[in-house]
Amino acid sequence: MEQEKNKTFIDKIWDLFASVKFAIIIFALISLTSVVGTILEQKAEPAKNIQILSKIFGESLAPTLYNIFDKIGFMDMYHSWWFLTLLILFSANIVICSIERLPRIWKMVREPISPLTEEHLEKVSIKRELILRGKPEKVKDFVISAIKGAGFKVIESKEDKGYQLYSQKGSFTRLGVYITHSSILLILIGAFIGIFLGFKGFLPLPEGMSSPVVLLHNDSLTQTEAHEKEMILNAIWTSSGSISSSSATLGMDENTLKAKMHKYGIQPLGFTIRCDDFDVYFYGSSDLPKEYKSWLTVIDGGKEVLKKTIGVNDPLAYKSITFYQASYGMVPNAQGKFILRITPKSGAPEIKQLNLGERFIISGTTMEGTIRDFSRALSFDKQGRPITYAEMMNNPAVFIDFKEGGKEKYSGWILKRHPITAKLPEGHTVEFIDIWGVQYTGLQVRKDPGVWIVYLGCIVMSIGLFIAFFMSHRKLWVRIAEEKNSTKVIIGATTNKNRAAFERKINKIITLLSKKQEGEK
Amino acid sequence: MDSSSFFGISTIAYILAMIIYIIYLAFRKTRIGIAATTITIVGFISQTLAIAMRWKEFNDLSGMGFLRSVPLTNLYESMIFFVWCLILGYLIIEFKYKNRSFGAFVTPIAGLALAFIDISGMSKDIHPLVPALQSNWLLAHVMMSFIAYAAFALSFSTGLMYLILTTEKRNESGYIFWTFILGTFVMLLFLMGIDFFTFRVAVKPDVFIKSYMFRASFLNPSIAIKILSWIAMMAIIVIVWRYGSFLKMVMDKFGISAETLDEITYKSIAVGFPVFTLGGLIFGAIWADQAWGTYWSWDPKETWSLITWFVYAFYLHSRMVRGWRGKKVAIVAVTGFVVAMFTYVGVNLLLSGLHSYGDIK
Ligand code: HEM
Repeated sequence: MEQEKNKTFIDKIWDLFASVKFAIIIFALISLTSVVGTILEQKAEPAKNIQILSKIFGESLAPTLYNIFDKIGFMDMYHSWWFLTLLILFSANIVICSIERLPRIWKMVREPISPLTEEHLEKVSIKRELILRGKPEKVKDFVISAIKGAGFKVIESKEDKGYQLYSQKGSFTRLGVYITHSSILLILIGAFIGIFLGFKGFLPLPEGMSSPVVLLHNDSLTQTEAHEKEMILNAIWTSSGSISSSSATLGMDENTLKAKMHKYGIQPLGFTIRCDDFDVYFYGSSDLPKEYKSWLTVIDGGKEVLKKTIGVNDPLAYKSITFYQASYGMVPNAQGKFILRITPKSGAPEIKQLNLGERFIISGTTMEGTIRDFSRALSFDKQGRPITYAEMMNNPAVFIDFKEGGKEKYSGWILKRHPITAKLPEGHTVEFIDIWGVQYTGLQVRKDPGVWIVYLGCIVMSIGLFIAFFMSHRKLWVRIAEEKNSTKVIIGATTNKNRAAFERKINKIITLLSKKQEGEK
Repeated sequence: MDSSSFFGISTIAYILAMIIYIIYLAFRKTRIGIAATTITIVGFISQTLAIAMRWKEFNDLSGMGFLRSVPLTNLYESMIFFVWCLILGYLIIEFKYKNRSFGAFVTPIAGLALAFIDISGMSKDIHPLVPALQSNWLLAHVMMSFIAYAAFALSFSTGLMYLILTTEKRNESGYIFWTFILGTFVMLLFLMGIDFFTFRVAVKPDVFIKSYMFRASFLNPSIAIKILSWIAMMAIIVIVWRYGSFLKMVMDKFGISAETLDEITYKSIAVGFPVFTLGGLIFGAIWADQAWGTYWSWDPKETWSLITWFVYAFYLHSRMVRGWRGKKVAIVAVTGFVVAMFTYVGVNLLLSGLHSYGDIK
């Protein structure tokens, strides 16, 4: 008795999960809760969402509502337990629904087609008839070639008055829906693997620097904690990633160091990444960025193993960790190296690396230049005075003083983005190639072992949808029966989708048959 | 002539076609119908030329090669492409089903989109692409999304027509639903028309205002006009509700069957859904993955795309639940497009408004 009751309860649950109605409820629930999640800003400061709530519900209600929503988890809802539950219910729904229906569908897929009786042939949804001259045997050959021409394999059976030909195509397309459904599971599995086995981090890397670690999060820290984090990072950077030598420097045992690294979100890469250079390119003379480029080198086991120039939409991947060009900025208080290319009027170009205030000589002459000033973004105000108009290196320029034979000659700005300013009156050129070591590249770093499963899921879903919507399971029967002096051909057909297209195909077969008959005359 | 004059011609042609199709619906004179179709085709050809010219202009300016210069890089160009796909889809249906009554329901969507372009003050300039947008995935993503949106727009029109044809009683939920949607739609079109005339034709304000949208109605500084607008909106909905049966009578005369409408609705979604899945969701995710290293980050635009996808999955599955055939399913189809439009423009206009400290007005 108890057993019986239990079983019906489980059966009820099973039936619920196997039903499309339940799927529709889940669709609605996921959608409606997601709407709330797009109105409230996720993982934001409380003040922001209180403001959003007061815009909708008024000042007085907002704080109370905020507390309620916060308790339920709406402020980070896509990671909340109940949203996860919805996704799991959704997956269970797809799995159970598929298991429930698969045997029936599988039967339809595997079942060989068999000839139809006369009454059954009367009842199929597409039906055509025509009378052809000649004996059934000859007509049969016509029909077979016409059907084969339409891409069907033909099976024939003898009947008392003639023959029946039958054929089916695309029975596997019945599985399209299940391919689509399983792809959703694949994507969810891939996403979970990514969340649990991967990480997402950030790394601001100055030109010329290398790092064996990335930063996973930037939680607000107390002053002592922030100090400790900085100490650890410095130790790791100077020891190029070796945990044992860092722990020696810090006077911490290795396990404590590992625990602290975990606490502060310092994630070892397993190798070292170095930024050799970073540069921004602009459209023409505008300030509209065209390209951001970082020249990166991967160092593994003390050897340079990979070099790549990355840009937005063009990341570097090594050992399943990927580096994306995400941002850039100026390193505070950095002393950069100025790189100049100096070409005497009749001579070969020469590259020089100089500090601010340093002198250089144009070889073969007595001309001597000194770098006096630098601007990240040079422009001139209304009075013609030089100003720096941006925080970033939008238009870098150096101010150079020239002397000849010890006497002051002239001075002026040489702009990196305007090579015309590099020409000196005597015919020499002094080009400003770059200033190196003052910018950092901001790298988004990701390890996601699940992403390939997600992509596989996407491909499978595309295939599944294509099959589900654009292919169909078609069946065809042709009865050929002898009549007085002629042969009657009855064509019957069914399809589970896109009937109009199949009817057109059958009409084509019929036209072909009538034409053949004409040709016979 | 440059691309903008051809865009101008196509805009005028589509607005005219919309008016003529509506007149045709009322009088059913074949000559009027032929005029409407002709003007639509003229607009379509002109728009095709305009898009081709803009493509070339963009190519000359950016110098990034022909395939990278497809004019689909900002809201304006995507809107234009949406209208182009919609009109193409409509013309195919008109020729295939040999029935012009759809015109009066499809062209107003094009009209609404074109009015929106004008009064929302979106930039029509050609801008070179910032680094993040230089991606073939993005291009495929945008193009396919808008093909899908156009297919959904068609299913919206036919879904609405289905409801008009199959509901009679004023207290029926299907009837209330379609009169509400149609009333709102008519009102929006009307108010945008007023915005256009007040701020573009009659008074040209001396201070520069970027967006004119609903400035003459809901967003007017005067409280009285604001309240009046809401009352007018209510009134229009009530009028459509009260006299909606006339529309059914008119539609009956066109001899278009409810089954045909249901079929077109389904077919449009059967094209739109896979295209949206592949282009809208999958390619968008691949692009985000390439550019930022996250294929899904639950931002409002992504989330709303997912909601749109669920609504159409809801549509496809609800057709299989017995007892859901017909009206209920048509309601889902119509809702789907409303959600899709929210994903497309509403997220930018409303949610970014909520999320920023200043108002966008
Ligand atoms: C968002 C997720 C889903 C997508 C994208 C999806 C996709 C599809 C598609 C494209 C079809 C074919 C529709 C047609 O032929 O018109 C289909 C059919 C179906 N789906 Fe889903 N589906 C989803 C979730 C679910 C869930 C959760 C269930 C669980 C009950 C389910 C049950 C079914 C059933 C029973 C069919 C009919 C199968 C048949 O014709 O034999 N689907 N689905």
